[in-house]
Amino acid sequence: MNNVIVLPLLIPLVTAVLLIFCAKNIRLQRWMSAISVALNVLVALFIVYQVDSEGIQTLHMGGWLPPHGIVFVADMLAALLVLMTLLVAAACLFYAFRSIGEEREKHYFYTFFQFLLAGVIGSFLTGDLFNLFVCFEVMLISSYALIVLGGTKRQLRETLKYMLINIISSTLFVAAVAYLYGTVGTLNMAHLSLRVAEVQQEGILSVIGILFLIVFALKAGLFLFFWLPGSYNAPPAAVTALFGALLTKVGLYAIIRTFTLIFYHETGGIHMIIGWMAAATMILGGLGAVAYKDIGRVLNYNIVISVGFIAFGIASVSEASLNGTVFYLLHDMAAKALLFILGGMIITSAGTAKLGEMGGLIKRYPWIGWMFFIALLALVGIPPLSGFLGKVLILQGGLQEGHYWLSGIGLLSSLLVLYSLIKVFMGAFWGDSPARREQQPVKIPRTAYGAAIGLTLIVILMGVGSEWVYSYTSQAGAVLTDPSLYINAVLKE
Amino acid sequence: MELYMSLAIGILFAVGVYQILSKSLLRIILGTNLLTHGVHLLLLTMSRLKTGAAPLLGEEASSYVDPVPQALILTSIVISFGVTSFFFVLAYKAYQRLGTDNMEELRGKDDE
Repeated sequence: MNNVIVLPLLIPLVTAVLLIFCAKNIRLQRWMSAISVALNVLVALFIVYQVDSEGIQTLHMGGWLPPHGIVFVADMLAALLVLMTLLVAAACLFYAFRSIGEEREKHYFYTFFQFLLAGVIGSFLTGDLFNLFVCFEVMLISSYALIVLGGTKRQLRETLKYMLINIISSTLFVAAVAYLYGTVGTLNMAHLSLRVAEVQQEGILSVIGILFLIVFALKAGLFLFFWLPGSYNAPPAAVTALFGALLTKVGLYAIIRTFTLIFYHETGGIHMIIGWMAAATMILGGLGAVAYKDIGRVLNYNIVISVGFIAFGIASVSEASLNGTVFYLLHDMAAKALLFILGGMIITSAGTAKLGEMGGLIKRYPWIGWMFFIALLALVGIPPLSGFLGKVLILQGGLQEGHYWLSGIGLLSSLLVLYSLIKVFMGAFWGDSPARREQQPVKIPRTAYGAAIGLTLIVILMGVGSEWVYSYTSQAGAVLTDPSLYINAVLKE
Repeated sequence: MELYMSLAIGILFAVGVYQILSKSLLRIILGTNLLTHGVHLLLLTMSRLKTGAAPLLGEEASSYVDPVPQALILTSIVISFGVTSFFFVLAYKAYQRLGTDNMEELRGKDDE
């Protein structure tokens, strides 16, 4: 029992409620959100320290011992993801301060922001499948509000589609939970793992596994990503940065958890399907990223590529690839948030999102240019930046398990990432600025620079200190390769 | 009893999917609603229908129904209620701003 692990969920929840009451006072709202996130980062650091020194931490809600009641579990994977979520959230919050606009701030932007955080963090920490659904919903409902906030025509139109997709996938989620509960009679993830191992009906469990895969793939944008590029293009950059860094990763986390903890017994069929979905995602995402000449679209398709790459790590179940998946997941959260924040800054400074109509920004905004270059190299996986170690481990695991085709596609996807982002870099920063936009340079606020510099530092430090970071991510990978660690920690009492 | 429930669930799913595939936004929302109703019945049926006592009659009760699915359904109903009402408001706003509720016309272009 450890009551601290509910705090990362509780702090944003309480802050969100308090923020509703001071909606008209923007300065107060900013301060409150910033303090709340900063406090939460400290709590998350403390949890990582505790998990490191004392092992997996659990909390039984209301004193109901598992398998009854709802349990919160902080293993190293969950703790690290919570920490990275909060760091990314802090950066997005800083970027939002001056870029989101007063109207949105008055209409509860910060409240929805905190509710979204509560949902994301709850999804990472919960050890109960139905509670995962509830946290997903908290996250999704706030994301509906964030994506439509502002009410432009495009936002309204895209939100309709985004909502419909997510309602359908949530419905399937409940259906999958119903089948699973009917088959094995429990919802506690650790207990599920034991029961699934005992039950001999392999057929129905594979069907349930596939149903879960469809649900989480829809949320993560794994192969079923047709909704993603359009929807993520609608809201302002601060919101897209948050979505791109966090929401798809929650779906991926759910896939990791389900298929390493609950359905890990039968590794043949489902993991092969994940592998093929990963390959298709990387190829299709790569084609999209190469094809478009609009910054928003190119960056959105880059989310898709990295989702595919992480799923490749999940598909080739080996120690190296799972370690790499955890590392790459953390790297991708920071790097994607950085990329989107810089993308937003480029669009603001150039006054357009079309690559053909901008150019020569490096003269006026050298900092943005160089940081974009660093983010680009990190995403491609150039050492000594953060993407390198994760890619090496995932590819090593893939080759060890004999997935040569998938590894090849994974490497090819890096090239497509490089090509698409270099295209953005050259289009935006090189050449001459178009004459008609020459008149007045737009001033980029200092908070935006602060957010981008912070994330750049994380990306660099995760790369330079990868040995040190790896000592933590390998603990997370150990739990993924050996689920009995998780099960014993939850069910020991 | 399970048979009738299964039939009811099947019909709800079929009608819901049919409605979602139509072009009118209002029908789509009603379709999602029917789909959630179907899922709730599914949850109730999958955890075995029992005729008899209410859940949690006390420790000595001779028979009672599993209370977990009912709690799950209640949670899910609340969530789907909130989501549906938000969806309706959104659809209304979208209809006002965009002037149409036909999904074919809501495809959108890149250049705007």
